[in-house]
Amino acid sequence: MSVFVLRRLLTLLATLVGASLIIFLVLDALPGNAAQMLMGADASPDAVRALTVKLGLDQPLAVRYLQWIKGLVVGDLGNSYVYGTPVASLIAERLVLTIPLAIMAMTITVTLALSAGIYTAANHNKLGDVGVMSLTQVGIALPNFWFAILLVLLFAVRLQWLSAGGFAGWEDGIWLGVKSLLLPAISLAVVQAAILARVTRSAVLEVLREDFVRTARAKGLGKREVLWSHVLRNAMIPVMTVMGLQFANLLAGTIVIENVFYLPGLGRLIFQSIANRDLIVVRNCVMLLAAMVVIVNFVVDVLYAFIDPRIKVHDL
Amino acid sequence: MFRKLSIVAFVAALVAAPLPVLAQGKKDSVVMAMALEPPGLDPTNAAAAAIAEVTLYNIYETLTKINEDGSVSPLLAESWTASPDLKTYTFKLRKGVKFHNGEPFNSAAVKFSFERNAAPTSTNKDKSLYQAFEKVEAPDADTVVITVKYGEPNLPFLLGQAGGSIVEPKSAATNVTQPVGTGPYQLGAWAKGSSITLTKWADYRNASAVKLSKVTIRFISDPAAQTAALLSGDVDAFPRVSAQRTIAQFKADPRFTVLVGGSRAKTIVAINHRKKPLDDVRVRRAILAAIDRKAMIDGAVDGFGTPIGSFYVPGALGYVETTGINPYDPEKAKKLLTEAGITTPLELSLKLPPPSYARQGGEIAAAQLAKVGIVAKIENVEWAQWLSQVFAGNGPHNFDLTIVSHVEPFDLVKITEPDYYLGYNNEKFNALYKQIVSTPDEAARAKLLGDAQRMLATDAVSAYLYQPQLITITSKKLKGVWKDVPQYENDFSTWHWE
Repeated sequence: MSVFVLRRLLTLLATLVGASLIIFLVLDALPGNAAQMLMGADASPDAVRALTVKLGLDQPLAVRYLQWIKGLVVGDLGNSYVYGTPVASLIAERLVLTIPLAIMAMTITVTLALSAGIYTAANHNKLGDVGVMSLTQVGIALPNFWFAILLVLLFAVRLQWLSAGGFAGWEDGIWLGVKSLLLPAISLAVVQAAILARVTRSAVLEVLREDFVRTARAKGLGKREVLWSHVLRNAMIPVMTVMGLQFANLLAGTIVIENVFYLPGLGRLIFQSIANRDLIVVRNCVMLLAAMVVIVNFVVDVLYAFIDPRIKVHDL
Repeated sequence: MFRKLSIVAFVAALVAAPLPVLAQGKKDSVVMAMALEPPGLDPTNAAAAAIAEVTLYNIYETLTKINEDGSVSPLLAESWTASPDLKTYTFKLRKGVKFHNGEPFNSAAVKFSFERNAAPTSTNKDKSLYQAFEKVEAPDADTVVITVKYGEPNLPFLLGQAGGSIVEPKSAATNVTQPVGTGPYQLGAWAKGSSITLTKWADYRNASAVKLSKVTIRFISDPAAQTAALLSGDVDAFPRVSAQRTIAQFKADPRFTVLVGGSRAKTIVAINHRKKPLDDVRVRRAILAAIDRKAMIDGAVDGFGTPIGSFYVPGALGYVETTGINPYDPEKAKKLLTEAGITTPLELSLKLPPPSYARQGGEIAAAQLAKVGIVAKIENVEWAQWLSQVFAGNGPHNFDLTIVSHVEPFDLVKITEPDYYLGYNNEKFNALYKQIVSTPDEAARAKLLGDAQRMLATDAVSAYLYQPQLITITSKKLKGVWKDVPQYENDFSTWHWE
């Protein structure tokens, strides 16, 4: 087991080093530079040059890369070109929103998807199955930003129950924060839940066809008991995989929803920083996401082993 | 059953929960929104308009103040006089003014600010203006004498822009995050990516006249979200809102005031004179004749624009109507191209930066150019790319055509700069410009400005399209918000609730 963990850790490290190199080179190849962008169209070329030097952008590529890696190792991510404040605190401010939002959206997703998936599988080819599955079709087809706008029009503009956007923060009570994230979380969850429900349904159906299910039924277990105690556990592997991907996606892939609700999340930080050529922020954010995806995958792998003890035998 | 009950309970809780303190109804605070977040709060070290929109006249003050109608009035300077040749200006400063940190405002602070703007390491957007100061003298604490290397008739106006903000020597270096000025407001809080809160400075010299004690500025870039934020009452005011498509809804709603004002901006199809055959005036005239300004205004900005014929806008000194010099005439365009010996189809690149006026305007321009045999190949670029490839003075100027809105007031001088992206470089125009800035008499200057506009129009330097109109939407009860914006700024000291 320790060999397994060590090997996984080495792979993890190699992945991260590879990722850092790719991130750095790709961002460096982007046309346009931060100094020109910051100064805007009306700045004198002389002022732009002065800023380039100030930001250290005139240094050679390798020097800048090594400086960055050194900073990562000692935990100093440097200062944003645009805000002039430490990148680490910028990211931390965004994570205060992004992580709770991802967790809320994921909770709604999992609740909806598992209930719908199991219900439809248990009632395979009955009216309820067809009905719920048509709904998930709609859910997948629904652009989430459009659905979000509908939610805003209903709950913020018409009923005025919730605000149309913005994030209240956690200082004035958890409820205010949760409330401001409610509509975004629902809009994010609808599509994800529809996808996950379909995955759950087909996974459960697949397991239901296995021989051991027939055996369990033959030895006298009820339909319900077989489903809950034998089928679900075996059907969870593909569901867990998709959930892991969805969670990683929710951490960074929420830019459109963040724009609709003008939330200061990680996705919008990355988007704005790319537009501003605040590359020091972009590369640290992307690096963080790469690390998160690797870690989420690692956790999912470990969970596999919990769900299915046979997996330990096959060295991953 | 339990699950159903809990859903009902949850919805009930939502309805019953106290509403977040809504923007309306509070008499001494306001929630405003703008599209972009400023990159830092020092207007003397970066050019982004968003910085001025937050700080100018609120946190920082300038010697002069540019009013809603573009006129200039005293602010930190009580009065000023100019020498007959417009090279030497003497400013008398307001007495008893202090900075937020308690330091006194005096001629030393002005001298420091202006010399800092001109320093080699300066990143001020008007660096060239401050470098053109031969000297800044402070003969006594309340007097500043500025000597400019050339006659500069617009100096009082130019010093009222954000780049001329007066900073305090000891705190200047940290103004990006902890701004210190002499204005009526101080930075309260800045939730990055979300909002900035300004609080009234109790020691302001005229504190009783400033009605709002707190201004929260939110950043909302998405047009649909902007509309929703106003409709839901989340924000009280949205200057320069992207509501061209939803304006009818706001006009019909008794909760809102809709202000449509002029700007000093000029939206143009810029033509690269450095590229053949665009150096031929006939080809440029053909491009102008091919483009229907009216259709561009309707299609790109939903009708919110006033046609212009040169790099100058109605309302500015000496404005003359020049849209008739190269009018829309596709047949003439074809003839001009034949005359110039162009074999059609002529392929030209058309680079479009992100704003919708450029992207939508580009589609229309391409369609109109196609009718006279010019194939405009549209290339969408980001601002960063646009700046470095198209615009940058030291860049490759790699474009044939591009669409952009120049927001600076009085920027004719740019056209005389040799590395300006248009590449016009006409000695006659440069000489005329020199004559303009060295003419002290306003009437004579206005006449020369008319000549300059006609020259730009006749030479078809760019396809000048329109002066964009800006939309501001506020809550009906909020008063004192400017309709016209000679420069991008919000003067919160004039805002108040009815």
